[in-house]
Amino acid sequence: MSAFLKLLARNRLALAGGVVLSVVVLLAIITPLLPLADPNVTNTAARFTKPFSEGALLGTDHLGRDLLSRLMWGTRLSLAVGFAAAVVAATLGAAIGIIAGYYGGRTDNLIMRGVDLLMAFPYILLALAIVAALGPGLFNALIAVAAVNVPFFARNIRGITVGIAHKEFVDAAKLAGLTHRQIILKEILPNVVPVIVIAMSTTIGWMILETAGLSFLGLGSQPPQADLGSMLGEARSAMIANPHTSVVPGVMILIIVMSINLLGDGVRDALDPRLKSGALSRPMAATRVERSGDIPETEGKGLLELQNLQTQFHVGNRIYKAVGGVSLNVEKGECLGIIGESGSGKSVTALSVMGLVASPPGVITGGAVRYEGEDLVGAPYGRLRDMRGRNVAYIFQDPLATLHPLYRVGDQLIEAIRAHRPISEAEGRTKAIELLKSVRIPNPEKRVSDYPHEMSGGMRQRVGIAMALANDPDVIIADEPTTALDVTVQAQILSLLDELRRSRGLAIVFITHDFGVVAQLCDRVAVMYGGRIVEEGPTTDILDRPAHPYTARLMACVPELGGGKRRLEAIPGLPPAVDRLPQGCAFAARCDRVQESCQAADVPLGGEGLHAVRCLFPFTSPQEAAE
Amino acid sequence: MTGYILKRLLSAIPVLFGITVIVFLIMALIPGDPATAILGSYATPENVEKLNRDLGLDKPLVTQYVIWLGNMLTGDFGTSFALNRPVLDEVLERFNATLVLAGTAFVLCSVLGIAAGVISASRQYGFADKAITFSVLIGISIPSFFLGMMMILVFSVNLRWFPVSGMWPIYGDRDLPALISHLTMPALALAVVATGVVARLSRSAMLEVLRQDFIRTARAKGVHERRVIWRHALKVAMVSIIPVLGIQAGFVLSGAVYIEMVFQWPGVGRMLVDAILKRDILLVQGGVVFVAACYVFFNIVVDVLQSLLDPRIKT
Repeated sequence: MSAFLKLLARNRLALAGGVVLSVVVLLAIITPLLPLADPNVTNTAARFTKPFSEGALLGTDHLGRDLLSRLMWGTRLSLAVGFAAAVVAATLGAAIGIIAGYYGGRTDNLIMRGVDLLMAFPYILLALAIVAALGPGLFNALIAVAAVNVPFFARNIRGITVGIAHKEFVDAAKLAGLTHRQIILKEILPNVVPVIVIAMSTTIGWMILETAGLSFLGLGSQPPQADLGSMLGEARSAMIANPHTSVVPGVMILIIVMSINLLGDGVRDALDPRLKSGALSRPMAATRVERSGDIPETEGKGLLELQNLQTQFHVGNRIYKAVGGVSLNVEKGECLGIIGESGSGKSVTALSVMGLVASPPGVITGGAVRYEGEDLVGAPYGRLRDMRGRNVAYIFQDPLATLHPLYRVGDQLIEAIRAHRPISEAEGRTKAIELLKSVRIPNPEKRVSDYPHEMSGGMRQRVGIAMALANDPDVIIADEPTTALDVTVQAQILSLLDELRRSRGLAIVFITHDFGVVAQLCDRVAVMYGGRIVEEGPTTDILDRPAHPYTARLMACVPELGGGKRRLEAIPGLPPAVDRLPQGCAFAARCDRVQESCQAADVPLGGEGLHAVRCLFPFTSPQEAAE
Repeated sequence: MTGYILKRLLSAIPVLFGITVIVFLIMALIPGDPATAILGSYATPENVEKLNRDLGLDKPLVTQYVIWLGNMLTGDFGTSFALNRPVLDEVLERFNATLVLAGTAFVLCSVLGIAAGVISASRQYGFADKAITFSVLIGISIPSFFLGMMMILVFSVNLRWFPVSGMWPIYGDRDLPALISHLTMPALALAVVATGVVARLSRSAMLEVLRQDFIRTARAKGVHERRVIWRHALKVAMVSIIPVLGIQAGFVLSGAVYIEMVFQWPGVGRMLVDAILKRDILLVQGGVVFVAACYVFFNIVVDVLQSLLDPRIKT
């Protein structure tokens, strides 16, 4: 509760709303004690006195009544009626909602049908009909406003109750022999109350507006008693000559409703955990770049070259070093595998290449990504966009989430082409069918007008690949493209990629957590752990002679079909959190070869020839690694 | 698609039936004697009794309802005693004026609200976002009738840009320019609150969509950011925006009553308020049933639009 209040107080606007509302409510409460003129005493000699005149701070109205006094009494009345309507609506609505949600079945069905029916009315109309039946009057307006808001509460509370009614503690209470009434009052109600309070805080502003509206129409409070709405209604005829009589009550309604809305928004935000985590931020068109230090010169290694790339996530005060200085390169026609557990930084590395890391919270803080020597990290958005898909294309993991759900796959393919060169609709369609054919989708002429949800997972991933091929890129970055697929489909997709690589001379960066896939496809492989490369070299070399203890353990996790007696070993412990990376080797805490010196200082990537390893005590023979 | 539309139309029948029951029951609750209300308190008992018989009010409630419903189905909504004119004629004429007002306001709130929400979301935490968020807060907090009055004061009385009230000039042609100059202020005043609601929802719907994977795919393809936002993201966001537009349609349709009072617009809302104050029961009944029925049909249109937009909805 105190954490909630603290959060609320941190939201300055909500705080302002809360303060203003408190002042207004306080003034309304103590109105009878204030030295105000009688709000109903008329004085036709002093009609329409201007504000700030002697004896009448806000002036007088068309009957010479003191406006300040009428304003205070009117505010008191409006607040009271609005609040009462909210309480009545919330109580009735909650009762109906709890009964419907708790008993379920036929009771629920019948009640909710009625609620839906009431919601079929435009609701001011329903309020008008109720006032028409009961007759004009403030109390009747209150009933009408409360009544039209009951369905809203009933529906919300029912939803919550249905969720609670099937929880274990309710079953336990039933088994303990409590009656329905006891369960509702003791188990359900306490869990529903917070929801009721929030729903009230967001609707009370509306109810004040609605009652003011009915009074404005002359259907609410009747003279001489006046709430803010009827003050406005009475002032309307004199609006042109004496606007102050309208402005005074109107501004007061605005102040009240606005402060309630501010406070309500603050309450809602403070209760929404997503806001704190930054999960509601919108990723920008390209990852933010804040490079400090020197930009490394190109070494001319490969078509795509990553040099000491550093990508971080800044969330609140915490910094997650997702990629902590990664250098990689890939040649034309080569397939480079990047392997590691979830959270090792392999996907972030891949997405950094074309500035696709979600930002906020992602920031590229150092290093360079070079395509044919050109630095992409510092490139302006226009240049980056131009190269996306044309030079470097991506294939992503889950093809259902990564294809647009509401466009036909053919249109998505055509769009990919059109992003880079203008072609006609007919030409685009021909090309789209060609692309689908090239990824061996049967019956492409028909499939081209399918929506993604009409295709199987394997077919969708083929579309994903076709889309990556649309502009004949030189590099394809495949981010776990087969993880979401079943094994037979996986094999098909892999052989398709391999064939495309050979026939088109594509460079492929293949990200996976599966050594089997690496063995099948990749020429070279880099093993990532804690945001850095711990071992890198030719695939066969690494598979035969893993040097880093982590690589060896990772390989031991893969079950081998027909491999016989080898023990399947999980790696104990968890990967380090990248916001609290330990000093020295990141794997030290989980390593059984750990020595004191491992944690003393940063371990460099060393080794001879093409096979590099970041370890002070690497395995030197395959036998040693296998143990 | 035809089957889906037909199905939705059929499902509207019980709702319409329920609406007539509710309206009839609410009116049956009226304390006192409608005939007395019509004839005034000086009427003789004989006259009251005769009028009750003429109106069918001496029969049981169920019989009264069946007769009333049967008449309505044949297009006979009864006769307004205050206006001495068939209810349906009056409602239709007034509803036209309301439709012009509410329809314009609805288009305004949809276009402005969605545009504001999308811009706000695509510049999250930037200046435009803050400015829009603040305007929206004022928009949803200000009573439309107060806003309308202030607009008259500023733009009609002081600046003399627009006429003070009414739908048509008292003298002069009833042509489109005349209508537009009379319509601008009331339509804007009516649209403000709904625009705020639509803008808020569009913003959060867009933020929700912009974080999804297919947006990253579009960017990875090299699609221009403008297109990513206004096509890819907005199309999916519309799936959650459209139902809210449906609710806002009901809001402008019924909220028009305040604006009609402020701007002396000859719409159905003002007619209802007058009828309520005069206790012209048949006119209230007819008006409410008619507007509610229109709203039900409008919601069917919304559902159909929704299914056209989202192929995943089974039609």
